[in-house]
Amino acid sequence: MFGKLTLSAIPFDQPIIMGTLLMVMLGGAALLGFVTYQRKWAYLWSEWFTTVDHKKIGIMYIIMALVMLLRGFADAIMMRTQQAMASADAAGYLPPHHFDQVFTAHGDIMIFFMAMPFITGLMNLVVPLQIGARDVAYPFLNSLSFWLTAGGVVLIMASLFIGDFAATGWLAYPPLSELKYSPTVGVDYYIWSLQLSGLGTTLSGINFIVTILKMRAPGMTLMKMPVFTWTALVTNILIVAAFPVLTVALALLGADRYLGMHFFTNDAGGNAMMYVNLIWIWGHPEVYILILPCFGAYSEIIATFSGKPLFGYKSMVYATAAIGVLSFLVWLHHFFTMGSGASVNAFFGIMTMIISVPTGVKLFNWLFTMYRGRVRFTVPVLWTIGFMVTFVIGGVTGVLMAVPGADFVLHNSLFLIAHFHNTIIGGVVFGCLAAMNYWFPKAFGFKLAERWGKASFWCWLVGFYVAFMPLYILGLKGMTRRMNHYANPDWQPYLIVALIGAVIILFGIFFTVLQLYVSVRDRVTLRDPSGDPWGGRTLEWSTSSPAPFYNFAVLPQVRQLDQFWTDKQDGVAYMRPNRYEDIHMPRNTGVGVFMGLFGVVLGFALVWHIWWMAALGLAGMVGSFLVRVYDRDIDYWVPAAEVERIERARLAPLQKVGLVKVALPADDEQKAA
Amino acid sequence: MSATADGMHIPAAHGHDHGHDDGSKTLLGFWIYLMSDCLIFSALFATFAVLANATAGGPTGRELFELPYVLGETALLLVSSFTFGLAMLNMHAGRRQRVMAWLVATFVLGAGFIGMEVHEFAHLIHEGAGPDRSAFLSAYFTLVGTHGLHVTAGLLWLVVMMDQVRRRGLNDDTRRRLSCLSLFWHFLDIVWICVFTFVYLRGAI
Repeated sequence: MFGKLTLSAIPFDQPIIMGTLLMVMLGGAALLGFVTYQRKWAYLWSEWFTTVDHKKIGIMYIIMALVMLLRGFADAIMMRTQQAMASADAAGYLPPHHFDQVFTAHGDIMIFFMAMPFITGLMNLVVPLQIGARDVAYPFLNSLSFWLTAGGVVLIMASLFIGDFAATGWLAYPPLSELKYSPTVGVDYYIWSLQLSGLGTTLSGINFIVTILKMRAPGMTLMKMPVFTWTALVTNILIVAAFPVLTVALALLGADRYLGMHFFTNDAGGNAMMYVNLIWIWGHPEVYILILPCFGAYSEIIATFSGKPLFGYKSMVYATAAIGVLSFLVWLHHFFTMGSGASVNAFFGIMTMIISVPTGVKLFNWLFTMYRGRVRFTVPVLWTIGFMVTFVIGGVTGVLMAVPGADFVLHNSLFLIAHFHNTIIGGVVFGCLAAMNYWFPKAFGFKLAERWGKASFWCWLVGFYVAFMPLYILGLKGMTRRMNHYANPDWQPYLIVALIGAVIILFGIFFTVLQLYVSVRDRVTLRDPSGDPWGGRTLEWSTSSPAPFYNFAVLPQVRQLDQFWTDKQDGVAYMRPNRYEDIHMPRNTGVGVFMGLFGVVLGFALVWHIWWMAALGLAGMVGSFLVRVYDRDIDYWVPAAEVERIERARLAPLQKVGLVKVALPADDEQKAA
Repeated sequence: MSATADGMHIPAAHGHDHGHDDGSKTLLGFWIYLMSDCLIFSALFATFAVLANATAGGPTGRELFELPYVLGETALLLVSSFTFGLAMLNMHAGRRQRVMAWLVATFVLGAGFIGMEVHEFAHLIHEGAGPDRSAFLSAYFTLVGTHGLHVTAGLLWLVVMMDQVRRRGLNDDTRRRLSCLSLFWHFLDIVWICVFTFVYLRGAI
């Protein structure tokens, strides 16, 4: 009846897990009780869960990412504590099987359920506003993507308390991840949570490509697009080109585990390196999927706060596109030690060195943007400068390992761990937090408190160096990754320093949470009535903060790059049109929520081999989709009078400070069109 | 999106009321989806190419494949693509009854293809040449089976579209969806030609 699922699947004998479960249950009950007490369920359902508004979906993605950051970081600090303790005769506090799950979950959660939702959330929030669109190309699909990703989150979190998670490392290499060596449900949780969220990511990639290609404001040619949108375009192309390969790799691993096939087994002709190749053909583009939108965010931030146009816009675009192409030609550098021969390794080594060139181009562009600018050292700028310094170190160690000979020494050592955290924390995490500080006012209408933002930045920056510089040294000393225990007491002092670094980062995270709390508390004093708190250059700053649900009452006309900046210079940025028009908008739908829910049912059932429930989950997903297919009431019109009422309320305070100019005369408007 | 065009919100023009999408966005998106699906098949073909000789002492393609039978399967699928083409021509001419008739014909041919494939799989498994026998057979069953699952999904989609055309006629929605389904169906046809060539023909020589 319940497949492999019995009560013994809950690890009652593990005090750490049971304590966490207790806290999650208490916290969850408090949250649910609070929402019920405040009578907010109907509000949450109708305004948030069922929304197809890209801004709200973006906010939900980012909230999810922040929550998962806490979970992923909890794993990180557990590992650092274990390694700081478990030297020589000491065993530490985490048993090996638990430790193995912790480092696997840490990697998967941080990449798939922290970084990916964060950048998807940012693209959702910003891209349609930057291109002057009213929504994404497929609003329902956008909601579905979010709920499928949320379904993946539910599955991976469930694995903590029901059964176990993969103990294989974050990419679940076979043959270790085959049924023979990983007989528990851990790898199955891994497969299905990633398949569910991967499907969501692929759909979202298609959605954004079409949005950017087909929905730009009149006059916005590709080379007049803001840089963030350009990086989003390339990232989504990479998503659509790379994620299908991940789907295949995981499906084949699943076929081995569920149907007894022999793709990657040791016997019957299987080839484990086939999996490693497939997973990195997805995996290397994936790191650029994560970093490119962050590069875009840094570009916007540095131009805005230097008060100058971005230096080398065209080279920035070409560098982004070049990285996009090259990212598919370097995957083998993740396993030079496979032994594919000197010529193959040399090719991938050289390609890896080449791919660092466009990134270097970008770096110089940012530096030259700051050069002779009037740089305002706000929180987003601090993150950006912190990134420039940190990322260069990460890039240089990466090029170092691109030399196959050096890689044979450093492969799977802590040097590698230090390298990719150097790029992912210094690049992606810093970028996401910079972008959050930068675009937060656009999402909520008030700024984030500077003071705690700066405290958070300094803790993260210092904490990062204290935590990861010792790992470079340990790597050179020969310490390999994923060690639950080590015999060499010489390593312990470095690992204690690394733990101190992790604690400093903990303060950084705490200050970010505090910053959010303080900002919400002081939202009245932090309010930004103009919609343009930073002196922005791109279209998202031309509408109100938070943007109305239709984004733009009148679609903007674009003639050049940074159109909004020019409009402000010319004094025509806040023109009130002499008449408004009806606006066509998509209607909210709960279908995405239900499909995500049935997706969880399907995934959970497959993990535990509960076949009737799997059939139910699949039928539920298909059925919910068919309900949507037959639904004809999917859109509506906002009457012009309603638009006018909203716009008047927004422009009234601006009018007081003299920003709003008289309406364009009718003939001028036609000329502009 | 040309939602600023004035004619978009005249209530009388109900058929063109969906100012949110004139169909071109959906078709572009569907093409991009097809390309991502194409990559799924590419990865499966690549896997098959790597594992084609990994028979682990088990039967090889030459011993297993019956080309005349597969030729029959192929003929069914290719003709179904042709009948779908006829359905689309009639759709553009606005002849609803003929659209329905050709969709039914497409469905029957597609179902025949799936029936033959299931029979072939059952036969192989019965002979002890199932997907768990060797890496070669794992790759074979997965590649051909993934194509079969796609065709099955296409059949389900066909049923839905026949129902929608019957209930709603040929409006903007059903036309757009039929166009997407048509792309999907022809795409599966092309994938099958690759399967036939690289798996069966190359395996049989």
